Amino acid sequence: MTSAARLLDRIQNSRDILGVLFLLPAAALLLVFLTYPLGLGGWLGFTDTTIGRPGVFIGTDNFVSLARDSVFWLSVWNTFLYTAIASVLKFGLGLWLALLLNRNIAFKSLLRAVILLPWIVPTVLSAIAFWWIYDSQFSVISWTLTRLGLIDHYIDFLGQPNLARGSVIAANVWRGIPFVAISLLAGLQTISPSLYEAAMLDGARSWQRFRHITYPLLTPIVAVVMTFSVIFTFTDFQLIYVITRGGPLNATHLMATLAFQRAIPGGQLAEGAAIAGAMIPFLLAAILFSYFGLQRRAWQQGGTDA
Amino acid sequence: MSRITRRDFVKTSAGLAAGAALGKGLLIGEAHAADLSYKPEKGAKLRVLRWKRFVQGDEEQWLANTRKFTEKTGIEVRVDSEGWEDVRPKAAVAANVGSGPDVIIGWFDDPHQYPDKLHDLSELANYLGKKYGGWYDVCRTFGTRDGKWIALPLGVIGNLFCYRQSHARAAGFETFPADLSGFLKLCQGLKAKGTPAGLALGHAVGDGNDWVHWLVWSHGGKLVDEKGNVAINSPETIAALEYSRELYATFIPGTLSWQDPHNNKAFLDGQVSLTNNGISIYYACKNSQDPKLREMAADVGHGAWPVGPVGRRTEFMQVTQAMLFKYSKYPNAAKEYLRFMWEREQFDPWMQASIGYVTGPLKDQEKSTIWTADPKHTPYRDVAKGLLDNGYAYKLGAASAAAMADCILIDMVAAAASGSKTPKEAAAEAEKRAQRYYKI
Repeated sequence: MTSAARLLDRIQNSRDILGVLFLLPAAALLLVFLTYPLGLGGWLGFTDTTIGRPGVFIGTDNFVSLARDSVFWLSVWNTFLYTAIASVLKFGLGLWLALLLNRNIAFKSLLRAVILLPWIVPTVLSAIAFWWIYDSQFSVISWTLTRLGLIDHYIDFLGQPNLARGSVIAANVWRGIPFVAISLLAGLQTISPSLYEAAMLDGARSWQRFRHITYPLLTPIVAVVMTFSVIFTFTDFQLIYVITRGGPLNATHLMATLAFQRAIPGGQLAEGAAIAGAMIPFLLAAILFSYFGLQRRAWQQGGTDA
Repeated sequence: MSRITRRDFVKTSAGLAAGAALGKGLLIGEAHAADLSYKPEKGAKLRVLRWKRFVQGDEEQWLANTRKFTEKTGIEVRVDSEGWEDVRPKAAVAANVGSGPDVIIGWFDDPHQYPDKLHDLSELANYLGKKYGGWYDVCRTFGTRDGKWIALPLGVIGNLFCYRQSHARAAGFETFPADLSGFLKLCQGLKAKGTPAGLALGHAVGDGNDWVHWLVWSHGGKLVDEKGNVAINSPETIAALEYSRELYATFIPGTLSWQDPHNNKAFLDGQVSLTNNGISIYYACKNSQDPKLREMAADVGHGAWPVGPVGRRTEFMQVTQAMLFKYSKYPNAAKEYLRFMWEREQFDPWMQASIGYVTGPLKDQEKSTIWTADPKHTPYRDVAKGLLDNGYAYKLGAASAAAMADCILIDMVAAAASGSKTPKEAAAEAEKRAQRYYKI
């Protein structure tokens, strides 16, 4: 056997080398389409790049400048408020919906399919629908309420800062519930009915059954679902951009919409990248929290919660 | 069908003959203005990106003109269009990555953000300027940088006050007021009669920016002075903001949330009787299937922006211009295309088809019959004469684009007008925000 043939033979029989070889295409895809853009975005945040002019490294100047910018802090506050309220509501309502759907009800499959609709409709379309629903002159809600004689003037849904925040949060919740509900429903169906039967025999009431069987067994799914939900909400862009563009008075500007507004229409690529970069620590914290806070592996593997 | 008598026939023929003679005369006259043409590269093909039409006729005529160009030169031209606000990001990306459409028809200070990625169009612009009576000042400002033409202005999207004449009359105004106090009185009168005004104060890139710039400038306020120092926190600005408070009190509720389409919808529904807009409101009425709206068309008036204490017209509107990118493989073909499209034979039919929505950038285009075909068109003929650019009083560039995209002026006026901040606080905040771009 020649040495070249021997080498080929060794490669073909080495699990390590083959493993690396087989991983290469996937790794290349990740590098090109994920790592590189993310790295570039991160790097841009430390330069003074504008559209049409490559920048130079300027350290943390962008972040220092943002720290003194009231609009940036307003957007941070808005993003937190938006994410916190919307996520809690989506979780609560989604879980409730999942529990209802998990019962034996008529037209179960049809209902489950219908529930998914808000999630399936392209965000931009539902955003345009909400844009009309919240319109200051043509809102169907205001119209109905005035016809019923409950109010005497149209509600200024998107014209008052706090009302506008509430309105966009409601739109986001409407859109996000199906994802939470259907995922949790999948989780519910993995719980063995025999556990409930045993609990019933022990005389457990429905709240106790939920508290001691359903909820603990659902936590791994909850962790995953809420991690995704928080990420989607934190990085929301389309709803805001269509409905308010960050107005009124920047009351609904999220970090994502502000990053876009400054980077692309405003031409300040570096500043936009810095705002996007500033989202990463918050996102990581949110992910770590839901991962370690909600996923109680020890308990599920028969250990005890420390 | 009317029968043509012999007499009519003679008259028409005479007219035709005279027309032909005149046409010939014009042709000879033009031949003197040294004709310019570019020799397209072999096998040239062009891609053009433009904003999506506001009126149907615009796009049809633009494409018809383009086909004519293809027939004449054999150069294939693909024209794509995007929503008007989406062109900016696309153009920005094209400039940055160095590939994309050869020609992009963009907005405002786009070319000033990447001037070195654009072909010098001075020769073409000077030729067109000489031939058609010269460029309007504001078009020259938007199109040139350091004396060099980096873009070819296509026109101004006229924006004036659209109002219900009968409602103004009921409020005591036969003609549209020419000064600020008269304008405020008109709005107060309209409010008293239950037919209020409404001007957009949300992040409305078009209508919102147009009116807040006018408001600040007409009082003598400006974002930056001639040297590029932020000068927004001034007594003049405060005066403008005090005025905006009184004006806002006359508005229909909800204008803080208004984006560009809101005022059109509210006007057509009869909820507001005065707003600032392009000619589209009038045309939506005139061409409507609804007899009520057609009736409203006769009542729609177009009022010019009142002049403030500065004593001259200080208006702001959307200016659109064509950019030829250096990465284009066929710059000569592109220049020839632009020349062809801007020549009167193509430009005038296009402006006609745009029914007054776009006002040409060259002074001779005022003579187009579109401006007299309907007396309600005429005010839009003169929009380019009173315009300033959004970089005023300094120059256009990255800072002016960033400041406008950040809605600094809109937010300032919205905050002061609605009372969420005092005029002083609003001006001070705008100053801080502007300083981030106009670095001290």
